[in-house]
Amino acid sequence: MTVPRQGRAGWPLWEVFVRARRGLSHTHVGSLHAPDAELALRNARDLYTRRQEGVSIWVVPAQAITASSPDEKDAFFEPAADKVYRHPTFYPVPDGAAHL
Amino acid sequence: MEYLLGLGDDALVAAQRLGEWVTVAPELEEDVALANIALDQLGAARLLLGYAGELEGAGRDEDALAYLRSDREYRNCLLVELPNGDFATTMAKLLLLSAYQLPLYAALSVGADERLAAIAGKARKEVAYHLDHASLWTVRLGDGTEESHRRMQAAVDELWPYTVELFAADPAAPVDPAGLRSAFLANVEPVLETATLDRPADGWGPDGGRAGLHTEHLSYLLAEMQVLHRAHPGARW
Repeated sequence: MTVPRQGRAGWPLWEVFVRARRGLSHTHVGSLHAPDAELALRNARDLYTRRQEGVSIWVVPAQAITASSPDEKDAFFEPAADKVYRHPTFYPVPDGAAHL
Repeated sequence: MEYLLGLGDDALVAAQRLGEWVTVAPELEEDVALANIALDQLGAARLLLGYAGELEGAGRDEDALAYLRSDREYRNCLLVELPNGDFATTMAKLLLLSAYQLPLYAALSVGADERLAAIAGKARKEVAYHLDHASLWTVRLGDGTEESHRRMQAAVDELWPYTVELFAADPAAPVDPAGLRSAFLANVEPVLETATLDRPADGWGPDGGRAGLHTEHLSYLLAEMQVLHRAHPGARW
């Protein structure tokens, strides 16, 4: 077969989110390369829902995602560690409210 | 039985051709997509050939029919046995095949033969996706760069005559292929237009596949597909 082998000629990266079933939220499952959104959706269908993993797919250009930086981890998340009053544990549960 | 062989052999040979792209497709994602489509076609082929073997009643199962018939005994259309060529040719083949299989399976799925209707009902959903996949690529290549447009147009022009065979009248068949052509054109023509491709003129087309008269390409394909089974009968993974 005379099929020229090509590299990834600049296809952008897409992040894939799949909802496993109604009522659950979309969960990040991985990423893939595709030339545009429509084909990204098809590729996601073929790569990530082969075994009935989902009922709905989102694809998002990876470059559209703004992520927190590992360098900022302390400033972002550390201050929450000693603020126990943020947890709803400081009031009595009324009698008879077993599943509050 | 002959009719079922035609359906099953179309799917089997198409699957084998698509499988040739595994590990050499232009992109990893496309590799998986083509393998998925090939396995859909193979799944339909197994059901159809299995049923054909039962109807024949000579004790031949799907493997006997797939691996132990020679090219003259194959009933597939010529379109599916043609070499893959470049990616545009493969997509044009898939477009034409799925645009034909979709109305065919749709008609069979409400037919009188319940077993065949069940097989067609399952295959119809899969083929709808094959048509979608081929349509998207045809549009992107046709309405893409100058080079991709040239190749896509060349592929459609080269393969168009092979669609004549698909719709040769067969009044004895469960679904007369002649009646499917308008649905086929309704699937293909809008795609070609969106892809800025010229719809080739209708004319003479090569045929003979349904009667076992094939191009030389089928023999090579069958040799590769059958060699293991013929050398080691009944071999299993």
